[in-house]
Amino acid sequence: MAEEEDISHPSIDPTFYDLIVVGTGLPESIIAAASSAAGKSVLHLDSNSFYGSHFSSLPLDDFASFLQSQRNVSRTESPSSIAGAVAVSGDCISVDLKLRRLYSDIEICSHASPEVLAPSRKFSLDLSGPRVLFCADSTVDLMLKSGASHHIEFKSVDASFVYSGDGRLSSVPDSRASIFKDRSLGLTEKNQLMRFFKLVQEHIGSAASFGDEKEKNGRISEEDLESPFVEFLKKQRLPQKIKSYRSHCPYLFVNQVSNLIILYAIAMADYDQDNLEDCKNLLKTKDGIESLALYHSSVGRFPNALGALIYPIYGQGEIPQAFCRCAAVKGALYVLRMPVTALLIDKGSRHYKGVRLASGQDLFSHQLIVDPSFIVPSPSVLPLPDLLQESSESSSLREVKVKVARGVCITRHSIKPDLSNLLVVFPPRSLYSEQVTSIRALQLDSNLAVCPSGLFVLYLSALCDDTNQGKKLLHAAMDALFTVSISENPENSAAPVQSEGIEGEVKPSLLWSAMYIQELATDSSEAINSAPMPDGNLNYMNLLDATVKMFHNMYPEEGFFVETMASENIEDDGGLSD
Amino acid sequence: MHGRPRKPLKPEEGAASFAKAANLRTLQAQLLHNHHHKIYIKDALDLSSKLLEINPEAYTAWNYRKLAVEHNLRSETDPDSIKAILSEELRLVESALRRNFKSYGAWHHRKWVLSKGNSSLDHEFRLLDQFQKADSRNFHAWNYRRFVAALKNVSEEEELKFTTDMINTNFSNYSAWHNRSVLLSHLLKQRVQGYFPREKVLTEEYDLVHQALFTDPDDQSGWFYHLWLLDQTVKPDAPLLVSSWPVHGSDLIISLGRNLDGRALSPFTSFHSDTGEFPLILYFNQAVEGVDSSTVTVESVFDKNADLMWRPLLTNNSGNAQVWVTYLKLPDVKDHSLKAYPVGVSIGHTQGIISSGGSHYSHPSQFEFTVSLQPIDSEHAERGPGTEMVVWKDGNFHTNKTILQDVSPTIDYFDQLRIEKDIEPTTSMWHAKTVANEIVLFRELLSEINCKIGKLTLARLLIGHDSIMSYNKTPYSYKRVYSQEVLELLSDLMKLDPSHSRYYKDEHSLVLMCQVTSNKELLLRHCWYYKESTSWSIHNSICLRLNNLSLSRIGSVENLLWVQMLDLSHNELRSIEGLEGMQLLSCLNLSNNKLSSFTALEPLRLLKSLKVLDISYNELGAHSIDTTRYLCSSPLSHTVGSDWDVDKCETDDVKVTNYWDVVLIFRGLHLTQLDIVGNAISDDKFKLLLAKVLPSLKWLDGEDVC
Repeated sequence: MAEEEDISHPSIDPTFYDLIVVGTGLPESIIAAASSAAGKSVLHLDSNSFYGSHFSSLPLDDFASFLQSQRNVSRTESPSSIAGAVAVSGDCISVDLKLRRLYSDIEICSHASPEVLAPSRKFSLDLSGPRVLFCADSTVDLMLKSGASHHIEFKSVDASFVYSGDGRLSSVPDSRASIFKDRSLGLTEKNQLMRFFKLVQEHIGSAASFGDEKEKNGRISEEDLESPFVEFLKKQRLPQKIKSYRSHCPYLFVNQVSNLIILYAIAMADYDQDNLEDCKNLLKTKDGIESLALYHSSVGRFPNALGALIYPIYGQGEIPQAFCRCAAVKGALYVLRMPVTALLIDKGSRHYKGVRLASGQDLFSHQLIVDPSFIVPSPSVLPLPDLLQESSESSSLREVKVKVARGVCITRHSIKPDLSNLLVVFPPRSLYSEQVTSIRALQLDSNLAVCPSGLFVLYLSALCDDTNQGKKLLHAAMDALFTVSISENPENSAAPVQSEGIEGEVKPSLLWSAMYIQELATDSSEAINSAPMPDGNLNYMNLLDATVKMFHNMYPEEGFFVETMASENIEDDGGLSD
Repeated sequence: MHGRPRKPLKPEEGAASFAKAANLRTLQAQLLHNHHHKIYIKDALDLSSKLLEINPEAYTAWNYRKLAVEHNLRSETDPDSIKAILSEELRLVESALRRNFKSYGAWHHRKWVLSKGNSSLDHEFRLLDQFQKADSRNFHAWNYRRFVAALKNVSEEEELKFTTDMINTNFSNYSAWHNRSVLLSHLLKQRVQGYFPREKVLTEEYDLVHQALFTDPDDQSGWFYHLWLLDQTVKPDAPLLVSSWPVHGSDLIISLGRNLDGRALSPFTSFHSDTGEFPLILYFNQAVEGVDSSTVTVESVFDKNADLMWRPLLTNNSGNAQVWVTYLKLPDVKDHSLKAYPVGVSIGHTQGIISSGGSHYSHPSQFEFTVSLQPIDSEHAERGPGTEMVVWKDGNFHTNKTILQDVSPTIDYFDQLRIEKDIEPTTSMWHAKTVANEIVLFRELLSEINCKIGKLTLARLLIGHDSIMSYNKTPYSYKRVYSQEVLELLSDLMKLDPSHSRYYKDEHSLVLMCQVTSNKELLLRHCWYYKESTSWSIHNSICLRLNNLSLSRIGSVENLLWVQMLDLSHNELRSIEGLEGMQLLSCLNLSNNKLSSFTALEPLRLLKSLKVLDISYNELGAHSIDTTRYLCSSPLSHTVGSDWDVDKCETDDVKVTNYWDVVLIFRGLHLTQLDIVGNAISDDKFKLLLAKVLPSLKWLDGEDVC
């Protein structure tokens, strides 16, 4: 697929396409695949030597250097620096592209001897971690529908846990089977929790059979649906305190622990739902119920997936790659290691109409989509020479309000000795009183081919307003999970550093860690389609929604993966490896 | 595998299945040809596998292959070829099972091949893992698993762990719970290391099943396991004697004629005998076998122990019965002295009495009583029961407090009906505690949700609790505290769950009977004097009147062995199972019930003393077979019909074969009075037949029989 390495940048033929996509992140790859499937001619470019851009999974060294490379990118503070140099040539105006700085405050620490981390290529670290797929989420549906699932295998995440104030991890009773197995729940608590889940299922079931009058009784009232989810939960008769959680959580204002588990570990709410001042995103009952329904339909969708969550073998970077393959199968042209230096604007229509490659070649297209790491000014605000006026008041096109702090940790021991792949949620205020967002951590082991055997990779993320807040969040979570052994010498690392202690007694020590703050922007230019960047969620559903919308904006007439695959053997194609 | 809706066939599918059927018919015809001509060559075998791969249900083809394999193995000595033949069979079964997982023939064939040896059992387990992953509840696979596990000598503990894993994955799995109960029964019985004491293991099992019941009370599989556990807790392991007649310590007076001294004889201690015999009845807590003169010793002047014939009282031929009886012959008494002859009975001093579950009678016990004889009064020699017409009307029944008070000292014998037993207190403590815990838990569950099976379980627990408590205490010092609550729960269930109301009704009846009969005060309220106002004789009998109680079944017979006159009229009886235990019964009123067939009356055949029977106003003749039998014991276990001679009662007018069920019931009885009016069957011809079958009959439907 990829062109052979050639420093001299061979010229690309043809020079005109229906669509040119710059960057191979997940949204770009999906659009490329969908457009090819709809019969469009597509050119897909990436300046990197790998697929996936900011959605990629990289070897340890490459991961570090990719993040570091961002240091050279200037911050985009002043409006005047938005646009690059503008030049007119023929009937085109070319605008030099500028990179935006997506990552900042990168901290990489190694506590281990180099040989432990030496097989760098055996690591496959996600840039946008922690991420998982819900078995029943739209991304999985799309992969089945598009055939991308043929190129990936998944394994299930064994279990989910909630961090309780005293440092213990309580399992999340998220399904019938796990409620049954969870001995920390009292019998009546099991009954209450399960009845609540049934209520949700009934509601969803009755909503599905719309129009049937009889089914109405199972439904939650409209008034309730519009109310905050946290209020709705309080109205339910849910277990007041879950036994295992009874130990005091000094910072928690929530007195109903099952609400806490439902809100943060199943519905995956980001902000403290009990504290309206700090809460930037109050979950409505409607959305909460939808999240629960997604979770529940995920459990047991595939017979060999134990829980609701699955993770691709070899890392999340496999997913954009799979879509690229789908696109290539349908005739899309792929060129990696091909930087784009400028965008071309049609003089007359003032629309973007092409790209200038590093090789100097100009390529043209009806539609253009670019990677979120480029700053693309709207043609209307460009200080075009023939207008001879300085654009003064143009604000930053991407208003950056919220950031996401991400962390990657490598250890030699699992945070839960008997489990390897697991999700941990630190609800708001479970670590300290100013913790307003929940922190999610995903631990993976070598059976997912993301690290050498004997090691574990753990991803962390949390939404934050600024760098300090973000780092504090991640540091608190890391301190809760790991010990940082500063003085690790080579002899020490040869022998097992720790005995497999009883759960909670000995925390695994950190061998390597990286921490960085990623910008989050949602705004997109009208004139050009700038693909969304990785968000702060655990799955890709919001990104996928934005991507589908983008596709329909470009091609209102076309269906999104319509004729690719007959739907009958969708379930059989849900290939999960054992 | 479950919950897939069936779609109607499309026209092209219909055509395809037509073609398939034609193909199958050809194959089948060829196979039958090969089968009949014993052709076992390769082509013929290939044909049969082709058929079986399309239609695994063709069991003739499986049988044909068995013959073919036998035939081909006979001429084969090379071990590799033998192996090849057998593994071809396994391959065929496997692909047949992939087509139809639930084919009995295919599974059976596989077992047959495996039993020949020479096959890898590990492969079978791998295959089972695949099948059980595809459908974790399929009972064929579970059956086969038990078979392979036994063949491979897989330890039961390992298999038990497998059930735990399956239950953890999805506890809605009857097969897994069932296998668990099977395995645990064995492990507990053999007292395998780690499965002793029994109480500890069962407590853990209760804990496990609670998780399932509370998580999802709507799922029934766990409830069935809980029922098994409850059975293990409440049901006594070892057989025990619970009551007898005559009672320990009683002084029995037997009259061969009618006693006329005006003294009311206690029904508990007096008995009229026409035949010169009196019964000795043993009532056990469960069905047992092996009651004979070697396991029960009766010391008396009447019979040599070795001559006594013990008979099980049952209406099926399983050989196990809860009630056993023998008849002691009275001596010819010439002198009129009231000499008391002592009788001693000892049970279980030698092994041999075994429950159907295989437990031995382990609490040797003995009891004694005396028998005195009332001389025959020559003047009124014919004054026993059945010498006067009994009229079952309320006016003839009297409660006379003074008389009852007179009687009540003798009714105290009632307290001794039961025989004291000594059970190890520690284990019985556990039983009581466990059941009490369960009661608390399920009350809690029912306070959360309204659930039918939860209510039923609570009712069962309360019944279980009462029966454990009454076991441990001396008789009647324990009051059945929960009876009323159980009755309310069951009435509630009848309304909530009308489709099973008959079951609840039966349970309700049993509890009600237990309540009435196990308490002396309550029982006395149902005891009446029968005295016909117009009668010139002093015909005093005590009648137990359990009429108008909406009973649908009879229970607690162990408390009623003494009853000679019983009124069960105006109930809702569909069955009278259990009545056979009342060997002294001479007058019985079953009128105005819902008995719908003569076979439902089978227990009457065992009542040798019965003289007066009222079965009027039932639904007799509406059905020829007792349909309630399908709910109780096996309908296939009839003891009757093998030994009768139709010609004996053949008449010119009535074809006896049309009334075989009537003849079966009545020909062994010596009724003097029968009321049968108001049934589907009573016409004149029928009455003629009755007169023929019952030569002793004096009154039929209130009229003299001439």
